[in-house]
Amino acid sequence: MALTGVLRPGFVQIRVLDMKEALTHYCDRLGLFEVSREKDGRVYLHAMDEFDRHSVILREADQPGMDRMGFKVRTEHDLDLFEKRLRDVGMEVEHVEAGEQPGVGRRISFVAPTGHRFDLYAEMEQSALPPMTHNPDVMQVDPKGMGVQRFDHCLLYGDDLDGTERVFVEALDFEVSETVTAPDGTRIASFLTCSNKAHDLAIVRHDEKGKFHHASFLLEDWSEVGRAADIITRYNISIDIGPTRHGITRGKTIYFFDPSGNRNEVFAGGYSYYPDNPRRNWDADEVGKAIFYYERVLNDRFMGVVT
Amino acid sequence: MSHRIRFEGLDEVFECRNNESVLVAMERLGLAVVPVGCRGGGCGVCKVRVLDGWYHTGKMSRAQVTEQEEREGYALACRLYPDGPLVLQAIGKLVRVT
Repeated sequence: MALTGVLRPGFVQIRVLDMKEALTHYCDRLGLFEVSREKDGRVYLHAMDEFDRHSVILREADQPGMDRMGFKVRTEHDLDLFEKRLRDVGMEVEHVEAGEQPGVGRRISFVAPTGHRFDLYAEMEQSALPPMTHNPDVMQVDPKGMGVQRFDHCLLYGDDLDGTERVFVEALDFEVSETVTAPDGTRIASFLTCSNKAHDLAIVRHDEKGKFHHASFLLEDWSEVGRAADIITRYNISIDIGPTRHGITRGKTIYFFDPSGNRNEVFAGGYSYYPDNPRRNWDADEVGKAIFYYERVLNDRFMGVVT
Repeated sequence: MSHRIRFEGLDEVFECRNNESVLVAMERLGLAVVPVGCRGGGCGVCKVRVLDGWYHTGKMSRAQVTEQEEREGYALACRLYPDGPLVLQAIGKLVRVT
């Protein structure tokens, strides 16, 4: 078994200004399913092709953004191992007890040098409505809205990009699949993977700590990206850009905002990554093509607007 | 019913429909007086100050408009709904990282 240690992004907890509007957006438009509402007000959501209980947690607050992102690891033992390795690279590690999120086992948690909080956990209850496993049909229930299959990755903005990259590479065994580099050698963007995907986490250098650029959800193909665009216009959802394609990762994509201003992506495709692949790099003067392969120019909004 | 929106120091005047945010009206008319970001009260790039006129606002990120600023007439254009003619000052800006 080749994929060990950190398996994948497992959840993201997003702050929203208005829960009712957020649920219409994430459930009726993206196609997530509500799993539970807890006493503290947090609402737990699940995508149709995920085995685990939940992947998106919404929390009502007076400012939008990301509270934390969680990665699932393969075994309980990995948590102890990663705790030690995180401490070895200078991270303070906190313990979050089992049940802090319903159905989730104990977590270890740290704040990366870019100011983002990340959790690792090994156990989450299975969804009550998981993908089928016995003579499995392609879906258990009919898709809603865009019909997103699963939560896929986040792109985060923060100051100490090199520091966060180092923690994920040295302590958590991520690989850097692709980068954008300024003429003086400064890393502007780093695409990190813990799997066979082109990226599981992306970081862009930015003045402020702890900023959230987007949470991304997987669609099956390019025609579903087009259908997502139809839904975005039909319901006057705030658009950022697309449908288009990325040079980086090669994903086919569309970007839009939730009703609180948090950016979402739905995408399909992208290359497969193997740890022996050489790193791909883009020069800063080709960043237009790197980010938006068809337009070949950046829009200021994509680079500058975060929550 | 619509309301006349004027930005201080600019000749351009545009009409904003009832229950339409100032930002959406501006975009619909193809104008670029303030930058357009998330359109959801979150990112703050469309920040303005109301110098004159009656209005109400939707929910805005406290990280972008503090309670004090809200009392002083600051708002995000995407969450600013006129109840009459408005005179505004553009505040927000987009900062490029590359």
